[in-house]
Amino acid sequence: MNLLNQLFGGRRPTSREVAKSRLQLVLVHDRVDLSPQKMQLLKDELISTISKYVEIDAEGMQVNLTQNGRQCRLTADIPILSARPKRQ
Amino acid sequence: MGATVITITSGKGGVGKTTATANLSAALAMKGKKVVAIDADIGLRNLDVVMGLENRIVYDLVNVVEGSCRLRQALIKDKRIENLYMIPAAQSRDKSAIRPQDMIDVCDQLRPEFDFILIDSPAGIEQGFRNAIAPADRICIITTPEVSAVRDADRVVGLIEAEGKGPALLILNRLRPRMVQRGDMLDTADVLDVLAIDLLGIVPEDEAIIVSTNRGIPVVMENTSRAAQAFCNIAARLMGEDVPIMELEEPSPSWLSKIANLVRRH
Ligand SMILES: Nc1ncnc2c1ncn2[C@@H]1O[C@H](COP(=O)(O)OP(=O)(O)O)[C@@H](O)[C@H]1O
Ligand SMILES: [Mg+2]
Repeated sequence: MNLLNQLFGGRRPTSREVAKSRLQLVLVHDRVDLSPQKMQLLKDELISTISKYVEIDAEGMQVNLTQNGRQCRLTADIPILSARPKRQ
Repeated sequence: MGATVITITSGKGGVGKTTATANLSAALAMKGKKVVAIDADIGLRNLDVVMGLENRIVYDLVNVVEGSCRLRQALIKDKRIENLYMIPAAQSRDKSAIRPQDMIDVCDQLRPEFDFILIDSPAGIEQGFRNAIAPADRICIITTPEVSAVRDADRVVGLIEAEGKGPALLILNRLRPRMVQRGDMLDTADVLDVLAIDLLGIVPEDEAIIVSTNRGIPVVMENTSRAAQAFCNIAARLMGEDVPIMELEEPSPSWLSKIANLVRRH
């Protein structure tokens, strides 16, 4: 609930607000059939794949499911530390 | 021009499918349309009691599909309103007694004679639901402003779109404006925001529904309650009339309840 508190500027969110944000979260996962566990796997695989090419900041990586209407979108924001030195 | 087939479904049980089917059918008939309401909830027959026609049943939908009676024999004519008919579900059978194609065939036989065919869907997303949506030209999804009901509605919206039967229309039932005002119930805007489908209408929580269901007289036939008005508006929209969404404004809360809210929140 900490995140919710932050979202609503420190005050205790109303049950209506809590219901809406819980719904939005559960629906986005329902719609694409990706559980939080599967999302974590996906994130791990992304890290290992991308790390083959560039050095990334795995801690600062953000992978999110967002939606616009009924259109779902998977976005990854991956900070790059440096390009891997090219192998000879 | 044949009938428009409208299926009322929800995913979750107990959110108002049968109540809406009964009242919208009656309201459309009161507006001069020829209407038949079909109970597709095989094994859990209910539309008959909500419409108050339970004493008139001889044959049912499964009898028609199995060929043990003619379609005309299963049509019960409502004596209170001109042009209103009902086909009951079988009570001692289950959903597997009917296939989607049977529903399409029954509706195709009825289409030339009626303006509207309303189908009361069972809860769930299994075969009973598939049967109910198979013949639909339009699908209305009914939900209450609660997390679980909206979640199930979203599942159904997705299935309907996948079947190429979208876009679904939303009926929001049992809204309690006072709870919304004090921040304790999802509002229409919230539900529309998460479901992202078009709104067909809002029906408030109303004791008149329970009273009329007790009597077996759909609320639109009897009185001018807010719920009755809401169902009449939805019926008009289904007929293509441009009726604004009803304002469910409440008298502004007294200073006492304002203080009660402040106390509750902090
Ligand atoms: N707007 C409303 N206000 C008050 N009670 C309602 C309303 N809509 C439905 N109900 C009640 O809720 C219960 C479930 O409704 P029903 O139409 O049988 O749901 P479903 O067919 O989806 O299972 C019934 O007891 C009904 O009287
Ligand atoms: Mg029902």
